[in-house]
Amino acid sequence: MNEFIFFINKVVISGSVIGSIYAMGAIGVTLVFAILRFAHFAHGDLMTLGAFFSYILVVLFPEAGSFIGLPTGFVMLPIAMALTAIVAILLDRSFYRPLRQNNVKPVVMVMASIGVTLMIQGLIRVFAGPSSRNFFFAERKDIFRIELPFELASRKIVVTEPQLLLFVFITVAVISLHLFLTRSRLGKAMRAMSDNPDLSRVSGINTTMVVWTTWIIAGSLAAAAGTLLSLDVTLKPDLSFNILLPIFAAAIVGGVGHPYGAIAGGFVVGFAETLSVFNWAIFLRPFRDSLPDWIDLPNKLAFVPTEYKITVPFVILVVILIWRPTGIFKGQVL
Amino acid sequence: MSVTNRPFILFCGLGLMIALVFFKLGTAFSLRMLAEATCYAILALGLTIQWGYAGLFNAGIMGFVAIGGFMSVLLTYPLNEKFWQSDSPSALGTVGLYIFAAIILVYGASQLHRIGVPRKLKNLITAIVFGISYLVVITALNPVAANIEATAGFIGGFGLPVWVGWAAGGAVAGIIAYFVGHICLGLRSDYLAIATLGIAEIIKAVLKNADWLTHGTLTVSPLPWPVPTPNDIGFIAARASYLAVTSIMIVIIYVALTRAYNAPWGRMMRAIRDNEISSASMGKNVNKRRLEIFILGSVLMGIGGATLISFSRIFDPSGFLPLNHTFLVWVMMILGGAGNNLGAIFGALFVYIIWTMSEPVTLFLFESFATWGKDIFGWEIPTDLAARALQMRVFIIGLTITLVLRYAPSGVLPEKIAKHD
Amino acid sequence: MALIKATGLHGGYGAMNILNGVDMEIEEGEIGVIVGANGAGKSTTLKALFGLLNVTEGEIIFKGETITNMQPDKLVRRGMAFVPQEYNIFPSLTVQENLEMGAFVRKDDFTHLIDQMYGYFPDLAGKRDQPAGELSGGQRQMVAMSRALMIEPSLLLLDEPTAGLSPLYMNEIFDRIIAINKSGVGILMVEQNAKQALGIAHKGFVLANGTNRFTDTGTNLLNDPEVAKSFLGG
Repeated sequence: MNEFIFFINKVVISGSVIGSIYAMGAIGVTLVFAILRFAHFAHGDLMTLGAFFSYILVVLFPEAGSFIGLPTGFVMLPIAMALTAIVAILLDRSFYRPLRQNNVKPVVMVMASIGVTLMIQGLIRVFAGPSSRNFFFAERKDIFRIELPFELASRKIVVTEPQLLLFVFITVAVISLHLFLTRSRLGKAMRAMSDNPDLSRVSGINTTMVVWTTWIIAGSLAAAAGTLLSLDVTLKPDLSFNILLPIFAAAIVGGVGHPYGAIAGGFVVGFAETLSVFNWAIFLRPFRDSLPDWIDLPNKLAFVPTEYKITVPFVILVVILIWRPTGIFKGQVL
Repeated sequence: MSVTNRPFILFCGLGLMIALVFFKLGTAFSLRMLAEATCYAILALGLTIQWGYAGLFNAGIMGFVAIGGFMSVLLTYPLNEKFWQSDSPSALGTVGLYIFAAIILVYGASQLHRIGVPRKLKNLITAIVFGISYLVVITALNPVAANIEATAGFIGGFGLPVWVGWAAGGAVAGIIAYFVGHICLGLRSDYLAIATLGIAEIIKAVLKNADWLTHGTLTVSPLPWPVPTPNDIGFIAARASYLAVTSIMIVIIYVALTRAYNAPWGRMMRAIRDNEISSASMGKNVNKRRLEIFILGSVLMGIGGATLISFSRIFDPSGFLPLNHTFLVWVMMILGGAGNNLGAIFGALFVYIIWTMSEPVTLFLFESFATWGKDIFGWEIPTDLAARALQMRVFIIGLTITLVLRYAPSGVLPEKIAKHD
Repeated sequence: MALIKATGLHGGYGAMNILNGVDMEIEEGEIGVIVGANGAGKSTTLKALFGLLNVTEGEIIFKGETITNMQPDKLVRRGMAFVPQEYNIFPSLTVQENLEMGAFVRKDDFTHLIDQMYGYFPDLAGKRDQPAGELSGGQRQMVAMSRALMIEPSLLLLDEPTAGLSPLYMNEIFDRIIAINKSGVGILMVEQNAKQALGIAHKGFVLANGTNRFTDTGTNLLNDPEVAKSFLGG
């Protein structure tokens, strides 16, 4: 039974946490892909930037959270999201739009986005240095230990407050995104532009407004993902480094240009990661005594050692590109 | 300034710049800088054919550099007697047999449809066979690896001549490029960028963590040179000889590439780049051609990486920063002019000199700024100011890329567009 | 006053000129039909009118205003709508959403217009919540036309509305075009099916090599032996 609780803690909860983060990043990547038709490499650093905005706000107003009873970083999230959305729009106007107007190939846009990512990275490290930071310097991180009503279960299920907030946030975000895309005029225009950009223009859809909306959604979700991830662990300036490949993998698994696919893809990649670094030997241990002597149970039986975790999204990416390049939900743009 | 004179004038300016560096900072330093710059020039040539000739986006240059460097270390580093005298080589051989058997099993399973097994079942069986053999192989490998690390440190090298190591570096980079290209080249151009970025991360992760094979973060040094090392004949003579070697390599590569560019093969490449659809409709196998050029460019990157790492005399996998170093090469190539070999060489030398010089300049600027801030506002200077200041250069790379793309997309030495109509 | 009047249009893609002086004029509430051989510049003319390619010479006047090289979104607001020959729907949007996108520039309530469209094309009414990409070719063409009509245009440009359709649907589309025209919408269309199209046309334009070869009423062109010989297949 304890093994099962260990599994819940290490796989179900961790997988949902990292899956939610990947999903939020992948939604942004996939929307930018759908509307502007290029792989936005600066997305990881947009997340880092958003997390830093939250951190700065927490440093400025450390008391804000205690009024509401939530972590200050979470209370400050809406402001950080708005700031990141503004940055995203400014980046588009100053770096991507001029190229778009020159009708460059999509791959040139990809390169420009890498230029942008290096700029953000450089700036963050100039001002913040390479060290990690903790959001909970002035307050306590609430940790919930849930006991199960079984006799054999002496271990407890462990969930932290930031993790619960993350689950609440992503649920609300996904539902609002769904309503926005299916009910609002602008949301439908976004889908229309992803379907057929030329016809959108011919129909008189305000494409500038659609592009702005895309950046607002992508930027604010990136800020939320970055902040919520940093609340759960720590804020690292190289956060984007380990997250860029998984979110691309998630977006491609879900079918690029397909926001619901990106959510599914995020969880697929997140769970694949936690499942492959999970030590399966734990489940064999209860049987150790009943096994014959000549079977030597390994202590560690994980598919991938933790230090090679980055290979998991890559392998998923390669498998999906070989097996079904349009992704599991049949993306529209390939 | 007419276009024909432009290379001449630019290279004269470059010569002046180099002369100034020699004069100010001494011969030994300048030779080191030039030797490294020529290694980067090989990388830039590899990139200019991928991007300039064929429009392929390689975001994982550092991966090919690292694997080239590693192969060179593996083949040319002196034998590790401790390893060869232990029983690890035979244990490793056993693991090798396991791997061989696993490959045969997986291949066999993947061919089951030939004897009438339905495809879906075949795929399932293949996946299961793969999973089990993978687990068996890693459980067999882990104790052997741990044993090597405990008794011998790492397996060491094979003590072969440096040339062999460099060639092997290029070859292995080419093999990796074959697999990546095979998967991605039929798809959107963005996917190649994502996949190459991924492969670079993975190569780095393996080199950094497989201590038994690469010595990981413990680093390997001193690496052998193809010419006498500074210990034998002093810095200036040794570095000058190394520079001579890399320069000869560049000349050979340049001449070969220029001939290929003007040959039917090069014309076809450019035709494909400029109009994929019409080339495909004329019966040209676009993806096969692209695969060729992707491999060729990656081979050059492997060789360039091997020369670069050999020159530094130390193999340190944690020193590879995939995105930053990759895009230093990108800046060299697009600033010089994509698709122009001379431009790539010029860009590499010019940007590398600026890059090296920018280190002391940035530090000086930041320190004076910080002291000034301290005097006037009573700022507390962060202790890691130097590390932070150098990050400013990452910002500059990014800014240069975006500005060049916007204002000078064809670089200072644009590709000469041959008229063929 | 003419609804639209184009004089001496020159233009094309990049350096290649396709139009070498096209004249076109229809009155309010008329049907104009452009016919001609492949590559004569029929579709290109429509695109030039709708600001989708650069007009290097000539002038276009729409409802008394010069609109040469005006961007499509501005033209939509002035009451001109365009149905491309291909890729003329949003495949993953439902039929209803396709119509709403056609009305994107409208700020008023347009539910009555949507109902009017389902009145024109009863086939679509039952499929309003189905993704448009799942419909048959003829139904897609109906969606495309309804989408364009959502702005209540005074001029509708149609690029080969019956291309690739079965004869049954072809007749239906022609019937609808007449009905739409009866409600006061001026129509300028390019059509391969020249005989049938000229039969319903008030004005006909026969293009060859990017310039007008014959310009007359539809009936006159149909009865002109020279036109019949060279363009209508005898």
